[in-house]
Amino acid sequence: MTGLHRPALPYGSGVSPDAGRLARAVKRPHHPGLRLGALLVCAIVLLPVISLAYVALSGTGEDWPHLVRNVLPGASVTTFNLLVMVAIGTSSIGVASAWMMVAYEFPFRRTLSWALVLPLSVPAYLAAYAFAEFFHFSGPVQTFYRSIFGFQSARDYWFPDIRSTAGCALVLSSVLYPYVYLTTRIVFLMQGRNIADVARTLGAKPGRVFWRVLLPVARPAIVAGVALALMETINDIGAAEYLGVRTLTVAVYQTWLARGSLEGGAQIALIMLLLVFAILGAEQWARSNQRFHTGRATHMKAHPPRVVLKGFRGPLATLLVTLPVLLGFGIPVFVFGQYAMRRLDQFASPELANAFFNTVMTASTTAVITVALALFLLNATRLVRSPDVAVTVRLASIGYALPGGILGLGLLFVLARFDNTLDSFMRTYFDRSTGLLLMGSAAGIVIACTIRFLALAEGSIRSGLEKLPGRLDEAARSLGRTPMQSAVSVLLPLLAPAILTAAVLVFVDTAKELSATILLRPFGFSTLATHVYENASRSQPQDGAAAALVIIATALVPVLVLSRALARDREATL
Amino acid sequence: MNTIRNSAAAAFAAASLFGGTAYADGVVNIYTYRQPALIQPVLDAFTADTGIKTEVLFLDKGLEERVQSEGTNSPVDVIMTVDISRLTKAKEAGITQALVDDVVNAEIPAEYRDPEGHWFGLTKRARVVYASKDRVKDTAITYADLADPKWKGKICIRSGQHDYNLALFSAAIEHWGPEKTEEWMKGLKANLAKKPDGGDRPQAGAIFAGECDIALGNTYYVGLMRTNEKEPQEKEWGNAINVIFPTFENGKTHVNISGAALAKNAPNRDNAVKLLQFLASDKAQQIYAEKNYEYPVEPGLEPSAEVKSFGELNADTLSLSEVASHRKEASEMVDRVGLDDGPSS
Repeated sequence: MTGLHRPALPYGSGVSPDAGRLARAVKRPHHPGLRLGALLVCAIVLLPVISLAYVALSGTGEDWPHLVRNVLPGASVTTFNLLVMVAIGTSSIGVASAWMMVAYEFPFRRTLSWALVLPLSVPAYLAAYAFAEFFHFSGPVQTFYRSIFGFQSARDYWFPDIRSTAGCALVLSSVLYPYVYLTTRIVFLMQGRNIADVARTLGAKPGRVFWRVLLPVARPAIVAGVALALMETINDIGAAEYLGVRTLTVAVYQTWLARGSLEGGAQIALIMLLLVFAILGAEQWARSNQRFHTGRATHMKAHPPRVVLKGFRGPLATLLVTLPVLLGFGIPVFVFGQYAMRRLDQFASPELANAFFNTVMTASTTAVITVALALFLLNATRLVRSPDVAVTVRLASIGYALPGGILGLGLLFVLARFDNTLDSFMRTYFDRSTGLLLMGSAAGIVIACTIRFLALAEGSIRSGLEKLPGRLDEAARSLGRTPMQSAVSVLLPLLAPAILTAAVLVFVDTAKELSATILLRPFGFSTLATHVYENASRSQPQDGAAAALVIIATALVPVLVLSRALARDREATL
Repeated sequence: MNTIRNSAAAAFAAASLFGGTAYADGVVNIYTYRQPALIQPVLDAFTADTGIKTEVLFLDKGLEERVQSEGTNSPVDVIMTVDISRLTKAKEAGITQALVDDVVNAEIPAEYRDPEGHWFGLTKRARVVYASKDRVKDTAITYADLADPKWKGKICIRSGQHDYNLALFSAAIEHWGPEKTEEWMKGLKANLAKKPDGGDRPQAGAIFAGECDIALGNTYYVGLMRTNEKEPQEKEWGNAINVIFPTFENGKTHVNISGAALAKNAPNRDNAVKLLQFLASDKAQQIYAEKNYEYPVEPGLEPSAEVKSFGELNADTLSLSEVASHRKEASEMVDRVGLDDGPSS
């Protein structure tokens, strides 16, 4: 139900290790159809990565002396620092706010409990621009600061620079912390409280309970959320480039675009995947401890009352929890709202309506396909208890770790090759040209986003599956249902919250996606994200302000639906 | 059997519509690195003149790779882009075809087009110094002066890896040779006020804010800032600076171009040629000059009044292809010197 667990590489199929071993000892189901299907889907999903690997291997390695001497050391340190800061930022904001929500009662708590998810709807590249403007010399913060102290020029005083690694970390943390907040809040709600009450009856003080009991219990959930935030940090190009932070991803693009070596860029990108595997490995290691806790969580019936914060502490808590919302949502909406106010006519433009329609269609189609694929793959892993299927399914989600533009390029090669091969086949045998079918089509964009965000859906549903008691559907099977029937009639309804989470995350990320979409789209096809970019003539995002606000609003609706649905679901189980 | 084949054909037809590829008569398909808003006025004038519609696809990277992969099925007729190295790269990638057209060649001087006709420059922009009106009394600054310690802590630039800076550094390599250019770049780095970031306009903003005294930027941004009715702040930035035309030892200023090329497999070749002829015409050149504050490539055409107020541009006559050939060298130099790390490291 937390829905935000990242997948990891090694075997783990949702049943406890003991049960799995027992099952293997008894029988070894084969399901050749499922197995073949799963491997086929994975192969297709991996095609862009394979085509990039092909590009990388066709390179000569002539870029490396320069890269090793002048680029990679600095870029690695910057990337590492950025990752550490984002990890600290997202985990502290996410965990603290989740804890406040669960443990205390203060004014506007219910409103804030969903408002905290809002920054999820803001694309990082727009947030970076908004932050840079907001904290710029002519922005409201510094103007106010100068008016208090009577400064005239930027040389009269010191002000921290948002265009720095730390600034970039602040921007990314502000829009990515909801991943941690979502995962952690549910663990605190479902698992933490009863253990916490036991600790408290044994005489532990609240602070001690938090640090010694709740935090360790929530650790796998925190790591899962942070891992997601870190993946987004690694594949980010927009925010880093705009803020002048030279990460490894920036090095990939500069090697490709400034030095004309796509091979070199692909080589760096693939080596970065190793870094991602390290993150995934850490997450898997953290999650391997979680299985013990999850089994017991569902039995919790009591709903312990929150501590009511009295006097000034109530409003203070409200203020503290409002801060992250103001940062990640308030600043971007304020900045782009101001620009949009001066361009109200843009809201009426037919292009914007068209882009909105395209975005909703692309994002919802992608969400449906991605969720269906994830369900199919997970069901295959569950039923075909074979390590090769489990590993392939995990591999299928690595597309998420690549920068969107690079993944898009890998897919571009594949689609164009497919189209041209089909075309020449049809010309030869049917005397009919099919031209470019998928390349430069909306379908191409859906394929790109499906591949890119399969990891999100797969991870969400997998963690939902892991929360269910191990052999639930076997009861149905013992009553005569087939494996498929029992999965559909027993597991699917129970997985509804996880499936909804998966669909919403994929929808929102597809709506925000820019790099792959802009590369693969057809003539006259704009999504909101590309519309912002196109209208921002000469790197002036002001002119895309209306579309920027509509992106945020479009992503907002499903985020709110999710937030409400999770709340309802919880009331029902508690 | 027949039914199956027919329905398969129908499915493919639907898919092609889905693909949205425009092959219809009276159309010219454009892939562009230039934002549609910038070229739309010219394209509208073209449609008004010829009745030929334009389909525009804006890409921010990977245009060359896309056209290459699409191969003979590619719908693109005309490729439009800024920066000389992107034009030469398109030629190298084999996605353009030679066009020897008297109408086009009569309008565009030889130094602003490929000798074999694979690309054509349409507008020029100079890379100049933005100087604070309040704090800079100098009226002439050379490119070499930017490394003079007298500017220590006073210069702002955007990333050294950006196309416009790489082209300038490539021109410097062509003028001075790599060793001298690298020494100069170290001096420039030492003079920076802060780490390079943002676009050209924010550099003017930094001068307005007092963070630096001079900056490098393209000419048209000054026109755009000074006439920006939507964002009063940009007017302040534009009015806080003077434009100084820096020169190399030959007394000339570095210019870059925006341009267009005829795609190798252009399905609507005749329309594409008409578009290129139109883009080279006085009419199109003047629209560019007036709306975008760029310099026409055609000699004898005037820039806009705003641009004229900057002073006289004496454009460098270096071969642009030669300049573009130093791009990789320039990019590696930027990394080696650590220009983008800013002054401190």
